[in-house]
Amino acid sequence: MAMTEKEILEGLGEIIDEIAGVPADEVTPGKSFVDDLDIDSLSMVEIAVAAQDKFGVEIPDEELKNLKTVQDVVHFVQRSGVSA
Amino acid sequence: MRSESGAAGARILAFGGYQPANEVTNDDLAKTVDTSDEWIRSRVGIASRRIAGPDESVPDMAVAAGGKALAASGLSPADIDLVIVATCTHEVQIPNVSATVAHRLGIAAPAAYDLNAACAGFCYALASASDAVRAGSARNVLVIGAEKLSQWVDWTDRSTCIIFADGAGAAVVGPVTEPGQQPGIGPVAWGSAGELAGTIAIADRDSFIAQEGQAVFRWATTKLHPVAQAACDKAGVDPRELAAFVPHQANLRIMETLARQLQVPRERVADDIVHSGNTSSASIPLALSRMIEQDELGSGEHVLLLGFGAGLSYAAQVITMP
Repeated sequence: MAMTEKEILEGLGEIIDEIAGVPADEVTPGKSFVDDLDIDSLSMVEIAVAAQDKFGVEIPDEELKNLKTVQDVVHFVQRSGVSA
Repeated sequence: MRSESGAAGARILAFGGYQPANEVTNDDLAKTVDTSDEWIRSRVGIASRRIAGPDESVPDMAVAAGGKALAASGLSPADIDLVIVATCTHEVQIPNVSATVAHRLGIAAPAAYDLNAACAGFCYALASASDAVRAGSARNVLVIGAEKLSQWVDWTDRSTCIIFADGAGAAVVGPVTEPGQQPGIGPVAWGSAGELAGTIAIADRDSFIAQEGQAVFRWATTKLHPVAQAACDKAGVDPRELAAFVPHQANLRIMETLARQLQVPRERVADDIVHSGNTSSASIPLALSRMIEQDELGSGEHVLLLGFGAGLSYAAQVITMP
């Protein structure tokens, strides 16, 4: 069964809280990682690696630069994830 | 045909380090490129670095560091029969650094070669020195990592000029002499990832160092802790019992991630990068030299070294402090 948007959002919130110290409830779909959450390019790599483990998807560097908002990641995981 | 055999083990007799006098702070850099002290500290962990003068070459710095290590070892130049210089930033392709440095230090007619494994160079050279002593092809080896990265950096590129710096570090390697004495240089765990060769490169002789920061960061924080663990396993040392972990001083965030993965407490991780920047093959012996000067490490203690960088290349080994 594929993960719901809500499940992915919650999982992503936990990751971002742990790696970047941004409270999970601030991780909402419309937020930009760089402009709104103040997350830098290296923290994005750490978030991608953690998201790979958590969601069982592959997020290569060339894809990472297209993921600018929380919504972008949620959609990417939904598209790539076969099942949870 | 006969073969020869050497010592039962190799050990490090002494370290030495040299840094140029000119200190460049983050605020200094902020005057010429769009950056800030806070930005640099939070991303790479560097506060200041040393940059060589226009007349100060890779061989000059190698001589300074090598001379200090030799003096501290108690050996005379005549005792050295192999000189290995790890460098990737020499001014010219030939002559090499090592033969010139040996001559300037008064070491007569040693075997001498340069080795390019970029930021992993010192650990590669240390492994090669240890092997030479154990095989019998050398008795005492002077190992030097020397770099002048400033001459290969684009000083208008804020993604690289904030990171790289200059300096040299050296070690004298000799045989274990007492019967039953433990070797001072553990087995090496090393390798390369040529499929990522393009992620840290100088494209041609008119170009500067270019780096794909995210790709390198991902590689370093996901592929290297098993290498460091393998070096500990081979040596029979638990990473949690190390006196110190001295990774290549690439980026404080990479180093702290590696320490976490290996369960080495943060206070045992060398952080010479803060005031030295990334000096490639010189960073590990420079960090060790400083830790010895500040009495942070005692004789007989185990320290894990991990070099990694362009190639991509990597090497790790546990050493016993002299």
